Amino acid sequence: MKIHEYQAKTILSKYGVAVPRGEMVTTREEAEAAAKNLMSSGAKGVVVKAQIHAGGRGKGGGVKIAKSVEEAVQLAGKILGMQLVTHQTGPEGKKVQRLLIEETLPIARELYLGIVLDRAVSRPVFMASAAGGMEIEEVAARDPNAIIKEYVDPAIGFEPFQARKVAFRLGLAPEFINPAVKFMQALYKAYEDTDASLFEINPFITTTDGRVFALDAKVNIDDNALYRHKDLSELRDISEEDALEVEASKYGLNYIKLDGNVGCMVNGAGLAMATMDIIKFAGGMPANFLDVGGGASSDQVTHAFEILLMDKNVKAVLINIFGGILRVDTLANGVVEAANKTHIQLPIVLRLEGTNVEQGREILKRSGLNFIVAETMKDAAEKVVAAAGGRS
Amino acid sequence: MSILVNEKTRLVVQGLTGREGTFHAKASADYGTKVVGGVTPGKGGSTHEGWPIFNTVGEAMEKTGANATVIFVPPPFAADAIMEAVDAGMPLIVCITEGIPTRDMVKVWRFMEGRNSRLIGPNCPGILSPGKCKIGIMPARIFLPGRVGIVSRSGTLTYEAVYQLTVRGIGQSTAIGIGGDPIIGTNFIDTLKLFNEDPETDAIILSGEIGGNAEEIAAEYVKQHVKKPVVGFIAGQTAPPGRRMGHAGAIISGGKGTAAEKIKALEAAGIRVASSPAAIGETLVQALGAKAAKLRR
Repeated sequence: MKIHEYQAKTILSKYGVAVPRGEMVTTREEAEAAAKNLMSSGAKGVVVKAQIHAGGRGKGGGVKIAKSVEEAVQLAGKILGMQLVTHQTGPEGKKVQRLLIEETLPIARELYLGIVLDRAVSRPVFMASAAGGMEIEEVAARDPNAIIKEYVDPAIGFEPFQARKVAFRLGLAPEFINPAVKFMQALYKAYEDTDASLFEINPFITTTDGRVFALDAKVNIDDNALYRHKDLSELRDISEEDALEVEASKYGLNYIKLDGNVGCMVNGAGLAMATMDIIKFAGGMPANFLDVGGGASSDQVTHAFEILLMDKNVKAVLINIFGGILRVDTLANGVVEAANKTHIQLPIVLRLEGTNVEQGREILKRSGLNFIVAETMKDAAEKVVAAAGGRS
Repeated sequence: MSILVNEKTRLVVQGLTGREGTFHAKASADYGTKVVGGVTPGKGGSTHEGWPIFNTVGEAMEKTGANATVIFVPPPFAADAIMEAVDAGMPLIVCITEGIPTRDMVKVWRFMEGRNSRLIGPNCPGILSPGKCKIGIMPARIFLPGRVGIVSRSGTLTYEAVYQLTVRGIGQSTAIGIGGDPIIGTNFIDTLKLFNEDPETDAIILSGEIGGNAEEIAAEYVKQHVKKPVVGFIAGQTAPPGRRMGHAGAIISGGKGTAAEKIKALEAAGIRVASSPAAIGETLVQALGAKAAKLRR
């Protein structure tokens, strides 16, 4: 789950990670009050930062510095409500609904800190780079040695000596070592406690007056762990997500909206991806990824169906099921129920294999509904692409 | 022969008394697997569908001589169930559960260091050796005994590969779903090594997907060590970057972990890669050449 920068910073500050003073606002009036508050308590200026779930906000024009309250209000008025386009939003961009108004700081150096899981060793890795502000992938591509890595033993934690190693290798001046160590250890503690899947502090800054701060913060939380973090679950901002994806998530369905016209319903993530691929090989374009999961109930299949049909681009549906946990008869019952309930007019191509496949085929046959039954995946893909109006 | 499981496998089911546990324990037993009991804390001493239930894995091993366990325990308790089995010295642990928090698996991985258990999964369909043993949730009817080993990150793609072989009359020695999570117990290399050493496996299908670099590492291993023909497939050629495609581990992040990169790595290692998921069986037949006829039943 992605969260906003201001939410991430609230979490970090609870753990003692230093962040600039600031406030989240949703209107010009609130922006004015926040800027006044900061300027009257020592800030030399304020930064107006668009809060959307995407990186590259600065380059897209969503982050601006104001020297006065008036300028801050003017910028807030410009950025609030704009469609912010960055390299991560797609060409349509994302509407800015919230801003973070933050004090400016006298930056000395910009560095990078991050914590992720290293899948190759099944441990968290603490990463740092002297090239702050740049994307870490870019830094890695240019010079892998420019990235400092410290692996964390989950039974021990991130120890002070490791933080010191990182701090010295970043070339921090002596007066910054202790604050940086404290910062990094607090950061790791927050990462662990929140079941995060990603922490990125980019940039991590030192100031000319001897302090360190998280100037930006990106935090992703492991969806599988949200059940034990009721407080974090509430940070989810569904206005940042696709409406159909939000609807699907209510029923525990893995649905990702794409741009094509062939709707697909598949069980198992691997097969669902492979089904998208084969639709493309057959000359069509998938409208979505949809994994109904291993243990889907008849009810869930009905919901899956309804969500597929809500996408008006969908011209035909391919149901590709290889039953293991999900029994084919269960699926067939769900499909028939959903087809009756939604009065579906679109062509449906079915390709079924696995546990209780005979019963499943029997249920479809007895339903009296007009399904196109395919034998193999290739056959199914060709039939559904043809049904959707041919090659695109 | 088969890898990891055979006629001597004696299986307990952690979570046997649950709905999925019961269904799949019965299916395993129907296939001929020696299911010897179940573990449900608090229900020890009772029986379920004729099987004795134990409070702990240790007790189940002691009383039944079990040498393998399969875990059908809900995500919040699954990591603990794995560690209990590891602590009891269970040789083979297969965890079917999907949705275990990553932090829990980091802990499990650390806990397993220096111990002798092998974990398959989590978030996997299990392991099946045709005619011998079935642990997990794979649909048995599509299998045929034979000499091709299959390893896959995805459950349903494992079935797809098996099915495409079976309809061509080509049997399988063992099929393993290693799981779709970022942290898994048994990886491609572990499995490739076992298949490579198994005198009754003649060829291997490796089915991967986007995310991480396990396929790239496996490709290098194949190049260095594997003498048998290997056929590959990578799912997710049309997956958008930055999105988690169902599996927790299936995500292209920072431009890394794309299908294109993986296919390139596999091909560079001399592995024939099926261009479409429907072509896995046919690609294997081509890779085997004249040997294919010998493997047909």
